[in-house]
Amino acid sequence: MLLALVISGFALAPIAPMLQRAMPKRAGYLVALLPLTIAVLLGLTAAGVVELDGASGASAAVEDAGAAGRAVATSRPWIPGLGVDIAFRLDGLGLLMSMLVSGIGALIFVYAAGYLKGHRHLGRLYAFLLMFMASMLGVVLADNLILLFVFWELTSISSYLLIGFDHTQEKSRKSALQALLVTGLGGLAILAGAIMLGGVAGTMTISELVDHRDAIQGHALFPAIVVLMLLGACTKSAQFPFHFWLPNAMAAPTPVSAYLHSSTMVKAGVYLIARLSPVLGGAAIWNDVLTWVGGVTMLVGAWMAFRQTVMKPLLAYSTVSALGTLVMALGVGTTKAVEAAMVFLLAHAFYKGTLFMVAGAIDHETGEKDVSKLSGLRRSMPVLFVATLAASLSMAGLPPFVGFVAKELMLKGLIPDSAKGTGSEALTAMLVVSAALGVAVAIRFGIRPFLGAVKPTPIEPHEPPRPMLLGPVLLALLGVLAVVLPGYLALPLVGPAASAVLNAPARPDMALWHGVNAALLLSVLAVAAGVVLYLAQTAVLRIGEPIARAMDRIGPLRAYDGLLWSLLAFSRLQTRTLQTGNLREYIFYTIGTTVIAIGAPLVMREGLVSLPDLSDVRDYEMGLFALLLAGAGYVSVAKNRLAAIGGLGLVGYGIAIAFVLFGAPDLALTQLCIETLMVVLMVLVFYMLPDFRSISNGAQRVRDLFVALSLGAAMFFLVLMAGQSTPDLAVTTFYGQKSVPEAYGRNVVNVILVDFRALDTLGEITVLVVAAVGVYALMKTKPGGMGKPVAGREGGR
Amino acid sequence: MNSTILQTATRYLLPMLLVISVVVLFQGHNLPGGGFIAGLIGSSGLALHGMAFGPKATREALRINPATVMGAGLAVALGSGLYAVVMGLPLLTGVWFSFEVPGLKSIKVGTPVFFDIGVYLVVLGVVMSIVLSLLEE
Repeated sequence: MLLALVISGFALAPIAPMLQRAMPKRAGYLVALLPLTIAVLLGLTAAGVVELDGASGASAAVEDAGAAGRAVATSRPWIPGLGVDIAFRLDGLGLLMSMLVSGIGALIFVYAAGYLKGHRHLGRLYAFLLMFMASMLGVVLADNLILLFVFWELTSISSYLLIGFDHTQEKSRKSALQALLVTGLGGLAILAGAIMLGGVAGTMTISELVDHRDAIQGHALFPAIVVLMLLGACTKSAQFPFHFWLPNAMAAPTPVSAYLHSSTMVKAGVYLIARLSPVLGGAAIWNDVLTWVGGVTMLVGAWMAFRQTVMKPLLAYSTVSALGTLVMALGVGTTKAVEAAMVFLLAHAFYKGTLFMVAGAIDHETGEKDVSKLSGLRRSMPVLFVATLAASLSMAGLPPFVGFVAKELMLKGLIPDSAKGTGSEALTAMLVVSAALGVAVAIRFGIRPFLGAVKPTPIEPHEPPRPMLLGPVLLALLGVLAVVLPGYLALPLVGPAASAVLNAPARPDMALWHGVNAALLLSVLAVAAGVVLYLAQTAVLRIGEPIARAMDRIGPLRAYDGLLWSLLAFSRLQTRTLQTGNLREYIFYTIGTTVIAIGAPLVMREGLVSLPDLSDVRDYEMGLFALLLAGAGYVSVAKNRLAAIGGLGLVGYGIAIAFVLFGAPDLALTQLCIETLMVVLMVLVFYMLPDFRSISNGAQRVRDLFVALSLGAAMFFLVLMAGQSTPDLAVTTFYGQKSVPEAYGRNVVNVILVDFRALDTLGEITVLVVAAVGVYALMKTKPGGMGKPVAGREGGR
Repeated sequence: MNSTILQTATRYLLPMLLVISVVVLFQGHNLPGGGFIAGLIGSSGLALHGMAFGPKATREALRINPATVMGAGLAVALGSGLYAVVMGLPLLTGVWFSFEVPGLKSIKVGTPVFFDIGVYLVVLGVVMSIVLSLLEE
């Protein structure tokens, strides 16, 4: 059943564009039914109403002794030899993430239907979004390391397609490639890390890894595993210094940004860290790296957001900051910090999802992307204002919104506790500073544009249509309800998630009021400082500008550009050297490589092979080989093409006769047919070939002679050696014995081709077809037609 | 090329070569032969036709585009392998059926036979597509 839930998105994706064509007005709502159904099913399962795969109730695990003890799980072998199973498991963490993916997904489809109404590729967007949703569900539900990797890469690919959705814009394509390269690199690190982790633990099943915790942490490969896994997580979740791809990914349509780049995909890295915390956590290298990478990301993101006035980059950097906060909290790894991280994850998904959809709505209805040029919008879009206000206050960390509770919990997790020896002054200070910057950003984005006198905008502002209001309003409302009714909404999700991460029962305290304590005072301080920062923003920005400029000059984005440039330069260099377009040079390289590859091992062997006894060679065999030699020699001195072809034919047919003599009739038949066809082809192209003349000078001819002779020598010794070594006849015997009883064929050669090794043959005939297509293309392309770029390729259709 | 000798010879050679190619294709399981060789024999016959009568006449005689033959061959080969998957076996496992034909011994037909037919069609299509495009130059 879990498998079906994950696969359903992939199944619906190809149908979505057809659906859009058939029902342009309703397709979006119909597609939204799928994520909605998934969310409802998962919710009911968690509540224990519905059984999936014979079990239910991930939430019940809060009270259970072991975290998520009765998780819903399903498994079937995929590649049993490598321990790769198609295994899915719904525990607390998986539930929280999959509810976000499917629930917000449903809202995004409805929103996209309004945002891109009438867009000619709306159906395609639905298809990509469905692909992404299914991949993301796969990531958070997979219970096998390799399966997780596969879905991880699928999210990168669907994200590539979505960022590059507006493919006629160069910026979109560039940003899409950048995101793909950065997150794809991280994906490869995860593959390497997963293989090591699986090898060390002896299992690829994620839920079993925790049983081998000590063995894993004591292993020599442990630091490598941690570094690789964190590389994957940090690239995906845009941690410093890999954060630069996320703001650029804002080239995607806003529904995509709201879905992938704020609430779901970028949290995949956080998810991976949380998922592996019970296994890899507790070690200094894991916790320290995460804490400080997260902390720096949190501050850098908050500062960069503070610098922006254009809506989507501002929200993107603010997301970077939030992701940093999550990573930092998971790095701290105490019960309180992890609980705080899970509540914050939920809170962030609610408010940032809202704010992204608001940004799209404002852009859509006013034509303005810069918040500093917007004012007085509350009159024209009152409903949107209320939703924005609620989300912004949640982001600023004010009661009674879930953002407040999250920040309180986060502070409590970080404030130094001398009794327990937890917490850190430095981290607390960093959190307060970034929270203050967050408050200033929230005022600038969510409050200021709606107040004051009305400023003119490119489009006369008006309330967005209902599909575009549903998402922001509902998510903003959830941000309040999560606090007002924690027992129904937030706790059943957050509690089990924290339990799964801690591998111990957890129940975050989501009450709003705990009396006056250090956390509350720091919270008040952050808000006050944020208001001051907002009021003094011009002055503050002026002070910080030189640092920001320096960052731009030497920052990670420059490093990325530099790396990409050197890669391309290297490719160009080796193309210039190797791919000269001169056939003789290609042959030279090919033969040279072959000679070295065959010759080196032969030379390194002890002593050369001895010549075999030639006494039983028959006279006619000698005669045949003399003929072959004569043919080959004649080709090299032939004065005209017809003579050369004749010489080659002599060699070819001679080899066919040799095959007959040595008992390989199938080979002989094939060789004869090929030779005949070669003659036919030669005749066909005979008149099209240039004059037959010598184009190489004396020195080149000597070099060519040397190359030819060395290949001949290498092959000669190889054959000699093969004849003298004792062959392992196991395979030969196997085919000989099984051919008739199992494959019903007495011609072993053919049985091997079409039965025993049919997969090879399938590959070969595919290559054959590809080659034919290539020949066809070459033949039908007139000289001068290729080489210059096809018109319209750069400018789009 | 407009040679009466070649044209007359082709009229006799082409049907013979095609028949031989089919015989070689099906005998391949027990005797020398098989899809690859049969495809080469068949296509050399068709190439002869192309040289004797011109590519246009050959295309008309073939009726089907060589590219289609190529694709169909690949599809047949892949399909014969997928049948095993449908039966719950690994890809390309040979699955055999036997028919009782009155008056004859039982005939065994297996998916490898179809696989070989696929190879035959691919080779035929590939060679013909190359030969015909060369002839049309």
